[in-house]
Amino acid sequence: MPKTMYDKIWDMHVVEDHGNGNALLYIDRHLVHEVTSPQAFEGLRAAGRRIRRPDSIIAVPDHNVPTKDRDKPNPDPMSTEQLAALDANANEFKLDYITMSDIRQGIVHVVGPEQGFTQPGVTLVCGDSHTSTHGAFGALAFGIGTSEVEHVLATQTLHLKKSKNMRVTVTGELPVGCSAKDVALAIIGAIGTAGGTAHVIEYAGPVIEGLSMEGRMTLCNMSIEAGARAGLVAPDEKTFAYLKGRPYAPKAGQWEAAVNFWKALKSDEGAVFDREIVIDGSQIVPLVTWGTSPEDVVPVTATVPAVASFTDRNKQEAAQKALDYMGLKEGQPITDIRVDRVFIGSCTNSRIEDLREAANVIKGRHVAGHVVEAMVVPGSGLVKALAEEEGLDKVFTDAGFQWREPGCSMCLAMNPDKAAPGEHVASTSNRNFVGRQGPGARTHLVSPAMAAAAAIAGHFVDVRNF
Amino acid sequence: MEKFTKITATATPFPRVNVDTDIIIPAKHLKSIKRSGFGVHAFETVRFNADGSPIPDNVFDGPKYKGSKILIAGDNFGCGSSREHAPWAIADMGFRCIIAPSFADIFAGNCVKNGILTVALPQEAVDALVLAAEAGHQITVDLQDQTVTCQNAHYEFDYNPEHKKKLLEGLDEIGQTLTASAAIASFESKQKLMMPWLYRG
Ligand code: SF4
Repeated sequence: MPKTMYDKIWDMHVVEDHGNGNALLYIDRHLVHEVTSPQAFEGLRAAGRRIRRPDSIIAVPDHNVPTKDRDKPNPDPMSTEQLAALDANANEFKLDYITMSDIRQGIVHVVGPEQGFTQPGVTLVCGDSHTSTHGAFGALAFGIGTSEVEHVLATQTLHLKKSKNMRVTVTGELPVGCSAKDVALAIIGAIGTAGGTAHVIEYAGPVIEGLSMEGRMTLCNMSIEAGARAGLVAPDEKTFAYLKGRPYAPKAGQWEAAVNFWKALKSDEGAVFDREIVIDGSQIVPLVTWGTSPEDVVPVTATVPAVASFTDRNKQEAAQKALDYMGLKEGQPITDIRVDRVFIGSCTNSRIEDLREAANVIKGRHVAGHVVEAMVVPGSGLVKALAEEEGLDKVFTDAGFQWREPGCSMCLAMNPDKAAPGEHVASTSNRNFVGRQGPGARTHLVSPAMAAAAAIAGHFVDVRNF
Repeated sequence: MEKFTKITATATPFPRVNVDTDIIIPAKHLKSIKRSGFGVHAFETVRFNADGSPIPDNVFDGPKYKGSKILIAGDNFGCGSSREHAPWAIADMGFRCIIAPSFADIFAGNCVKNGILTVALPQEAVDALVLAAEAGHQITVDLQDQTVTCQNAHYEFDYNPEHKKKLLEGLDEIGQTLTASAAIASFESKQKLMMPWLYRG
């Protein structure tokens, strides 16, 4: 029977089949960060258990790290304690540990691929929902909770129920001015934030094939915002070229065998998907979210929707609440929304290509006078170094942007990087939830080019004619 | 882990759709390295104003739903991040069961690990239970029979048999899995032959 890529990866990792789709699944790769791991290590210690395969783990702090003044003491004692706990645990259990002062340090989902740790066909987990990012390489990658982190540490397995197969095909050609972020938002707008629940999404079609590895990561990153625990893209020559020579990638003698194995992973001709969605990529336009859920998304050329345009009563109530929170009026043009703060970063859009796109837009221009703060937070120290080599940092700082140290930063506002209540933020991150970027902060999700353009104009603008 | 068999209790109605884990427990409270103490910050934006003053009449703090063990929630409950701090916070508030039209996958998985039962029922049933909860009626949730009962209304729900066993017995999951160590080791030796590049040292 023809199999999907998900079927293949699942089947080759089943340790014990418990029937009805339930299985004990082997986990090849595990990324660990400071926020969701301390209780797991504590649990291990309390039970006197060891880590089954320390060689399957990379630990790196990201969520809570300061993005400036790293040479000064961290003013937040709880944050200090959490970072120290990762330090102590990584040392005690002898993990590959990338410290805050290491040039490789960055957001786990940027670091994994960059180190060649993320590979096609592996099962990869992390105590973070955006682990779906790694599916860009054809890895079955998904977020887990802390109890599961502990379970993987101790047993290298998870008890899982197999998800359903869903395929999202994006046809045609992506118009100029649109990026992977717009594709991701367009899909979520079409199927809703629960549209992929209980499914693994495979992305296919010419638009996906045309995306760079960075673009595929952006897309797979937001699978979780569509409700799917994981996203997948079939590995191809771009994938192999990206991985070759990276520190954790297969070495010379094993490379050929690995590539042959990777090539066989793609879904078989005739494989059946439980659900199929087709989106016309040539119709995609730059998008902006207006509400407090990623599905609240409209073209930059549109207006804030009317509450009555939603059919369901609960959706109407949610829309009204979102409008109140966001301080927006029905029918207001999106381009009229004044932007107070700009954030270019997060595991969605902090890679070199994202920074290049943004820099391209702002070159020779300056951030609008009323914008309180515009900030670029590279995804890793290596991204930062490469960008500096290309002179992008200069482009940003000349335009009035701040150039920070790598981490999650204002994506979730655990560290001091946050927006003030009532401020509108043009953000390249993935969640516009209530309070996500600081209490009362109003997040609008956009692509890096759109965020850059909004910073210059001081309000949202259509980057296609900016 | 605490067992879950059957409970009869007051229920708290909170039927908002797409309640994400940032609403359940905001990120700024995730800096603790402990598992407990998150309840005081749970649903912060629903319970407190930006200046920290309590929001009157919120369903979580008023006397009306005191002692509630069941949360009646909206569609796609628990979407967003994988933080287990969300079920920890909900458990810390005293809830043992959440009833909603649907749950986000990772959140539902995290609930099982913490002895919280997530019951998915059709929207109409959830709407009816919201009204019953508002009227102060007690609700009974029986995991063994997979039923929810409230006055004359009676609903059956689907539940993963593996998860059911775990909740009913309150098992130490890692201890259980470690009994399969031999199977795991044999998987590893096979995989190591086929994909040596995944193994170091
Ligand atoms: S950048 Fe944001 S979404 Fe990504 S891992 Fe960090 S906090 Fe999570």
